[in-house]
Amino acid sequence: MSETTALGLSARTGSVMVAFTVIFTAVMAFTYGATKTQIEASATEEKMKLISEVLPATAYDNVLLDDVITVGPTRELGLDEGGHIYRARKAGQPAALLLEATAPDGYSGRIELIVAIRADGGVSGVRAVAHRETPGLGDYIDPRKDKNKKSPWITQFAELKAADLPRCKLTKDGGQIAYHTGATISARAVTTAVARAAGYAAANHDRLFAAPSGDKL
Amino acid sequence: MDIKAYRDIAWNGIWKQNTGVVQILGLCPILAISTSIVNAVSLGLATILVMAMSNLVIAALRNFIPYEIRIPVFILIIAALTTVVDLAFNAYLHELYLVLGIFIPLIVTNCIVLARVEAFAAKNEPIGSTIDGIAMGIGLTLVLAVLGAIRELIGSGTLLSGIEMLFPGAEAIHVFGDDYPGFLIAILPPGAFFALGCLIAGRNWLEARKLARARMNPPAITDTPAEA
Repeated sequence: MSETTALGLSARTGSVMVAFTVIFTAVMAFTYGATKTQIEASATEEKMKLISEVLPATAYDNVLLDDVITVGPTRELGLDEGGHIYRARKAGQPAALLLEATAPDGYSGRIELIVAIRADGGVSGVRAVAHRETPGLGDYIDPRKDKNKKSPWITQFAELKAADLPRCKLTKDGGQIAYHTGATISARAVTTAVARAAGYAAANHDRLFAAPSGDKL
Repeated sequence: MDIKAYRDIAWNGIWKQNTGVVQILGLCPILAISTSIVNAVSLGLATILVMAMSNLVIAALRNFIPYEIRIPVFILIIAALTTVVDLAFNAYLHELYLVLGIFIPLIVTNCIVLARVEAFAAKNEPIGSTIDGIAMGIGLTLVLAVLGAIRELIGSGTLLSGIEMLFPGAEAIHVFGDDYPGFLIAILPPGAFFALGCLIAGRNWLEARKLARARMNPPAITDTPAEA
């Protein structure tokens, strides 16, 4: 090889860098392509598993994940950037709404929820999808972390009928939702968010069910 | 290289140069994930995989990597392999992926991976380098497992909680009974520092005791040459 010049060195190392980048981008692209369908299947399965926890499969007979509308930023649901609402129907009649909702005032930031509201206005179930509440303290809002495995805290919401909604508050605030002493903030954030989402679903019931699937409200 | 050299590499990684308690490298994931045994060991296994792969690939390619740009190339390769592991976990071990999700991409930033590539794989042949990666990863996993066990036991009074996500049907052990109130600080970040500090102290104590014994019973050879 001839003696190294600055230009020669730059050209050589530059082209080697480009070659490595191309090769390893190809490796990543290949893996992405090979795993894509499997990952999508897992994600759908995961979603359906979550949904089956808040809404029994017998309550609807449509393809839930396909009957979806998008909403823009909605204050009642705590959504700053919009979200999805899935519509469960049985024999063509409205059965329930599954709303993505966010409790903005968790102890450590936002708590993302999925809230199922039956067509009669009662709450079918609630799950925390993503949160950063303190492990061992506020994270009992997530049934996987709740020490009470028999009746996790969040299952209280499933007992709420439409008439009970005004009492969808912590017992401390005059409602009927029990909470763990010392970790009120997480529980209150979820409870308030559920009450708001139920109010939103009741107020917009007809509009939400009437909109064609895939619509953006 | 022969078998003895490979054994030395392995021993080096697992005990003598243990990443967690001797080199004290890669603390961010160690402290963040060691809240329970299952989390800790799972991340440890993912790290072993990435370290073995990156050491193998880089040792095999070491003659093609110009010295001047080795660090960017190393990071490129590590990032690519981590992405591959991330995608593979997401596709084929989805339950585990839900637990480890955000931590797998963080393996890229774990300086222990880059450190071993730079210090070992860039200068040695592929088989030895792979063993080094695996051994270093095992060393890290052991520290993670012990830390996870200590923190989980003190913090929530259980062992192996979350095991049902890996083996459906398996159950966590409630060591102190169901009504153990929990000791929060062990789960929070300070608990990780306390526990790691105790582990480092423990290892140093073991090594110091070994050294002191060696000094008390000097080897039988007495005719050492006098020094000026």
